[in-house]
Amino acid sequence: MRALLAKDLLVLRRSRLLVGVLIVYPVAIALLIGLAISRSPGKPKVAIVDQTPPGQTVSVGNRRVPVSEYAQQLFSQVQPEKVSTRAQAVDQIKSGKVLAAVVIPPNIAARLGSGLKQAKLEVLYNGNALEQSLVQAQIESALAKANVGFSEEIQRAASQAIGALLSGRNLGVLGAPELIGLGEIAPKLHAIAQRLPPGQDRKTLEQIGSFAGFASQNLNLAKNVLATIGQPIQIQTRLVEGRRTPLDTFAVVVAVSISLMFVCVLLASGGVALEREEHTLARLVRGLTTRGGLLLEKALLAAACSFVLALAMLAAIGGFVELDWGRFAQWLAALALGSAGFAALGVAIGALAREARAASLLAFGLSLPLAFLALVPSGAVGAGLNDAIDVISFVFPFKAALQALDAAVNGASPSLPGPLIHLAVLAAAFGALARLGLRRAD
Amino acid sequence: MDPILSVSGLVKRYGQREALRGVGFELRAGELVAIVGPNGAGKTTLLSILVGAQQADAGSVQGARLQSARGVGWVPQQAALYSKLTVRENLRLFARLEGVADVEATVARMLEQTGLSERADERAERLSGGNRQRVNVALGLLADPPVLALDEPSTALDPGQRARLWEFVGGLAERGTAVLFSTHHLGEVRRYASRAIVLADGEVLFDGAPAELTTGGEDLESAFLELLQAKGHA
Repeated sequence: MRALLAKDLLVLRRSRLLVGVLIVYPVAIALLIGLAISRSPGKPKVAIVDQTPPGQTVSVGNRRVPVSEYAQQLFSQVQPEKVSTRAQAVDQIKSGKVLAAVVIPPNIAARLGSGLKQAKLEVLYNGNALEQSLVQAQIESALAKANVGFSEEIQRAASQAIGALLSGRNLGVLGAPELIGLGEIAPKLHAIAQRLPPGQDRKTLEQIGSFAGFASQNLNLAKNVLATIGQPIQIQTRLVEGRRTPLDTFAVVVAVSISLMFVCVLLASGGVALEREEHTLARLVRGLTTRGGLLLEKALLAAACSFVLALAMLAAIGGFVELDWGRFAQWLAALALGSAGFAALGVAIGALAREARAASLLAFGLSLPLAFLALVPSGAVGAGLNDAIDVISFVFPFKAALQALDAAVNGASPSLPGPLIHLAVLAAAFGALARLGLRRAD
Repeated sequence: MDPILSVSGLVKRYGQREALRGVGFELRAGELVAIVGPNGAGKTTLLSILVGAQQADAGSVQGARLQSARGVGWVPQQAALYSKLTVRENLRLFARLEGVADVEATVARMLEQTGLSERADERAERLSGGNRQRVNVALGLLADPPVLALDEPSTALDPGQRARLWEFVGGLAERGTAVLFSTHHLGEVRRYASRAIVLADGEVLFDGAPAELTTGGEDLESAFLELLQAKGHA
């Protein structure tokens, strides 16, 4: 086996372009995917045409909420580009300077203040179907957040107005006479009624007092209801088990797992297929080595190369992203079993494909979808498709390797032993498949 | 003279198809035996079983001096060598894998015998077809086997290269190596083979000197076609 290992290393050393591509391509893909995962989408650049007259307000009781509050809420959700006219906004969309434009009409305050008609905004889009879909989703989300923020402002004002009604005083207006609050009317009327002789007047006064108490209680309830309407359901998140993986360190795990898979599967499959292509397989298995020995040699070489590359990647990324070096031994275990699983898959592909080009194509064709399927969150697709994805992810080593590395690097759930055992079983199964594929040496 | 290789009752099936049906023959030291037959006759299957690259479903391959299948040197139809390695590196690798006692001396001897000394440090991917075939032959002879099996060795060679190959193989036979080769060129059979085995549909139709095929005075090609027709394989 040593002679064959030395031969393969020499062949690799002389195939510099192949080695270069084998390292650069997966690392580039892994980094791109890692970046895509770790960076949340930026705020969309949106042109805003605010046609409302300056200082316009919406009256709520005795309070006035400036319409500019709404524009401010909207500005905080997007990258705003203020323009004066609708035509300018359209030009900016056409030139691609902004993704969309929002026109706030001059009558927005009147409509909001009327309490009868909904205020309307105009949103302008451009671009192809995919771009429109993405932009529309982003803008609608931004508008929804701005709506919530503005409605909270209005609810606060309404709540304060009710508060003033209940507590009385001068309703917050300087120089206005002190008024009695609705909450104080009932006890005061009851006290006066007690002082009156029994009769019709006392009875009527007690009825008015009871109504005032009832009204005060209900207004108090309405005030509390208004406070909860802005956010009727509060969300509390709890992790069932393990610890929460930060998105950037999960992206590191994804990037390293993808690189490990690509290098390992391509090297192992190419190594086995090349023996057929060079017609040396038949010469080797006629007693110079066993088929099992040959597969083991190819798997070992691919696993060792990809292990070193993945470990170097982890170490290099560790310079930029905070990783827990105290778990180094677990990193090694996850990378070792991960590379074993991928190497077994690779030699199986190489044994079945029979020539290097077909093996490389099959390795690429299989690896990319496997990686993407394993990253589809459960629940993001229909139940049937989700089950199919789970089965596919279970019978190939990418998801198990990803889970092992996530557990090793981030202490995520499931814990390390489960994925490691899964990888060992898959390595044995694909090894057996490779041995079957290599039955014929021609 | 005792046979150096005894083959009896070889059967090989690929699914429902029988590639070999009870093939048997003997081979003695210094013999140069041609295996001829139409495409699909089972020539390559027979040779690959003799050299241990495939297992027979039934039958046996025995030889007094054969410790294992590696006792039969093998020169496959397509040169089986690593393109990225030099001639010397290819010979050295396979000499190590064959368990040759003195690897460097064996490599030097093979380079000398096959006339490849000047090309020893060239990568195999840069060699001509003829020189690749020479390396292929050298690889088959590394363990100094008593039997050498060549599968259509002259197919990709020009006439000059062919003549040099047969001169070399003839020399091996003269030194006592039993040589078994498959071919489509009946001219090579007539010129170089001491014996011919005609195989068709996995059966041995004829085993004897090429001259015995042409008893009616016709040329070897006509005699070969008549034999196939007579045995129902035309």
